[in-house]
Amino acid sequence: MTTQAIGASLPRVGGEERVTGGLEYVADIRLTNVLHAKLVTIDCARARLISIDKTAAEAVPGVRLVMTADDLPQPMLRFGPQVEDRPVLAVGEVRYHGEPVALVAAETKDAAEEGARLLKVEYEELPAVFTVDAALDPAAPLVQEAAIRRPGDPLADTNKFSEHHYGWGDVEAAESEADLVVEHTYEYPMVTQFAIEPHACQAAPDGDGIMMWATTQHPYQLQKILAKLLDMPLSKVRVFAPDLGGAFGGKQWPHMHPAVAFAALRTGRPVKLVMTLEESFQAVRRTSAKVRYRTGFRSDGTLVFEDVESNFLIGAYADIADRVVTKGNWLAAGPYRVPAVRIIARGILSNTPPATAMRGFGIPETAWPREMNLDEGAIALGIDRLEIRLRNLARQGEEFVPGETPADGDWEQTVRRAAELIDWGQPLAEGRGRGLALGCKSGPTTGISYGTVRFLSDGSAILLSGVSDMGQGARTVYAQIVAHELGVPMEKITVIMGDTGVVPFTQQTSASRSTVLMGNATLGACRDIQHQLQKAAAGLYGVDESEIIVERGVVRLPNRELSLADVLKAALGSLGGEFIGNGVDRKDPTPGHPIKGTAYFYEFNCTAIDVEVDRGTGEVTVLRHITVADTGKSLNPMQVSGQDDGAAIMGLGHSMMEHYIFDEKGRVRNLGAIDYRIPTSKDLPLELISEQIENGDGPGPYGAKGVSEGALLCTAPALGAAVRDATGIAIRDLPLSPERVWRAMRDGK
Amino acid sequence: MSDRFPIELTVNGRHYALEVAVHHTLLDVLRDDLGLTGTKECCVVGECGACTVIIDGRTVNSCLVLAVEADGSEILTVEGLATAGRLSPLQQAFLDTGAAQCGFCIPGQLISAHALLARNPHPTPEDIHEALAGNLCRCAGYEQITEAVLAAAEEVGR
Repeated sequence: MTTQAIGASLPRVGGEERVTGGLEYVADIRLTNVLHAKLVTIDCARARLISIDKTAAEAVPGVRLVMTADDLPQPMLRFGPQVEDRPVLAVGEVRYHGEPVALVAAETKDAAEEGARLLKVEYEELPAVFTVDAALDPAAPLVQEAAIRRPGDPLADTNKFSEHHYGWGDVEAAESEADLVVEHTYEYPMVTQFAIEPHACQAAPDGDGIMMWATTQHPYQLQKILAKLLDMPLSKVRVFAPDLGGAFGGKQWPHMHPAVAFAALRTGRPVKLVMTLEESFQAVRRTSAKVRYRTGFRSDGTLVFEDVESNFLIGAYADIADRVVTKGNWLAAGPYRVPAVRIIARGILSNTPPATAMRGFGIPETAWPREMNLDEGAIALGIDRLEIRLRNLARQGEEFVPGETPADGDWEQTVRRAAELIDWGQPLAEGRGRGLALGCKSGPTTGISYGTVRFLSDGSAILLSGVSDMGQGARTVYAQIVAHELGVPMEKITVIMGDTGVVPFTQQTSASRSTVLMGNATLGACRDIQHQLQKAAAGLYGVDESEIIVERGVVRLPNRELSLADVLKAALGSLGGEFIGNGVDRKDPTPGHPIKGTAYFYEFNCTAIDVEVDRGTGEVTVLRHITVADTGKSLNPMQVSGQDDGAAIMGLGHSMMEHYIFDEKGRVRNLGAIDYRIPTSKDLPLELISEQIENGDGPGPYGAKGVSEGALLCTAPALGAAVRDATGIAIRDLPLSPERVWRAMRDGK
Repeated sequence: MSDRFPIELTVNGRHYALEVAVHHTLLDVLRDDLGLTGTKECCVVGECGACTVIIDGRTVNSCLVLAVEADGSEILTVEGLATAGRLSPLQQAFLDTGAAQCGFCIPGQLISAHALLARNPHPTPEDIHEALAGNLCRCAGYEQITEAVLAAAEEVGR
């Protein structure tokens, strides 16, 4: 009954609550005596704060707190995962459109909103920068003053937050071997996660500590940051992370959470902040990028060098964006064998909402230019675009980046399967085009997850996990592992998550790590129980331990078989109790590694797309969209397909319709769902096929690798290639909106 | 601080008489006054569909309807789809096809799909895409949602 759990498309654990409306997300939780919070912002991107007059706001009936920078510990506390640059509330200066200058807490939402509206903020607008070019202008105003940069940062008198140099081989020498050099600059638009659940958090004083309920992928990172800011031991900061209504990387790191915690401590009452969708857009976004690729080819299509200069536009505070820069650019040369590579990658500060993690984590921004250049090389050399990729593609076990994890899958198989599914080589009708692209992302480079399984006296089981379930289905996969290993039916397994007071530490829920790291920890915990019961069985049945085999839910003695649950009951005896198993999986940093750690696994994907382009309107219709991923082993194929379909469609959104629009003052003009469009049920490819290659060659349970980002990595270049194939025109900016495509066709370039 | 007005609502078959602020939306009242938090709040401008409910047989974005406008009406929310603790065929189909991922848009999707099946028991995929076009899903489980609605239609028609 349970032995089929692994690899079966079992229904989602927690699914029923999702279809009845019973699942409580953070905003649904009603704390007694709660105060409602509203943030106050000003209507420009950068300003010097002159004064804040609280009189009118405080006079609103029901308003209990009007908190500004002056009400917080001095000097202003700052925080951030990479650099502690972000203030709890803006102090002295506002650096991006939407940066909160105050928090109003009141008995009702209405009173909080009224108080926020009446807060009088006097400010002087200052010149600001919103693009890579403007920020790099030597005369540009500085987004951050030296005092909040890293101590001794040699770049502190510029808007360059960082500049990373990677590479191998000798690009200068390789130039002479190149028969063709393709050089272009590409832009990736500024887009946002747009989880349908807006960001929210609630904080409540808890004796000499604090509790926080937050829409967070990393409850343990939030705990650590709060503990430091509030000067409390970790044990006094309890973070609850109820299942999220989508996250996509945007709910990893704190932004308004500390302000809400301070408000709760100041008032001595629970405080609830539910951000609007517009505020969520101003809180998190993906890095946008302007990237120049110079690609050298031999006449037979062999790559001889890749020369990359990458400027990622990060926001006014660093958040995790510089990690996006490093991870996205370290693999800028892609899954190919390239003898000489030079990469200069910069994070550029700007007066825009802080960029953070988002599905793909920098890779879509570099896959787009690389794959488009590769197509151009193939076309110029008269080589088939699939063939040129296969010729240069790393084969399994090949160390395609020196010192990095070798190619961990049969990637050629993945590419060939995608080509087969799109009928590569078969002719298309007039006005149609076909494209194919590869994406390769390093999974986690470091990480740790602990898992605890409690095998209860009636044969049911509880798993404790620090991972957040944000729709990826982590709970389901872990329950499947427990079912498989302990022989417990799925319906008798409970997975407890999202409470740092109860579940053991997990570093974070990101980089598609959770099936592997937490999966291995779960497996380890189950094996721990199996081992304990093997010992117990030896005593109970007078058999030597070495003669007992425990496999999945079965204990094999020399002369008979018992279920693990039966041995458990016998071992527990009349007092009852439980067996507790612990597991851990860790990936340590790699000393001297340019990005601090080798890939635990790769997410490898091939996307192939057929389009039809309307020459009159520039509208692109995606006729077929194929995405094939190397998953090692799909523990729950239904969930894997859900992730791949979703990533593919999100990738189409980025590539066809999504982008922030700024006005001349740096205000985002298309905040919210009306003017920032994401794909609906009417924007889908006419046919979408997600397939997985499963060779059991991943480091996770049963050979699994991580999934969920792969199908987004190279959507843009597959689409761009298909549009070029249909129109003969290469477009190097995104999104490929009808207007952009129409203009490109009109201008003939 | 604001004017209040008495209204009567029947929500999921249960009658309520309450006083509401005149500027509060039906969404506010369902979630905050009645504690029916299954209906979700996202864009609050009628674009995302997370707050979809049925008023007297018509689907609406409850963020765009003032509660006082709903006075005297019958309302169905996601909490009213299951009967006597049993999931409706539509809810079951959403589970079976894996349509509910993060789940946040699902109450709205279910309500729109419920209304569709009430007026068109045998929809085509195109009918479903059209009827649910106002319900955004960022997990983009649109294929699975369509599959679920088709499966539920077949189940009910059996």
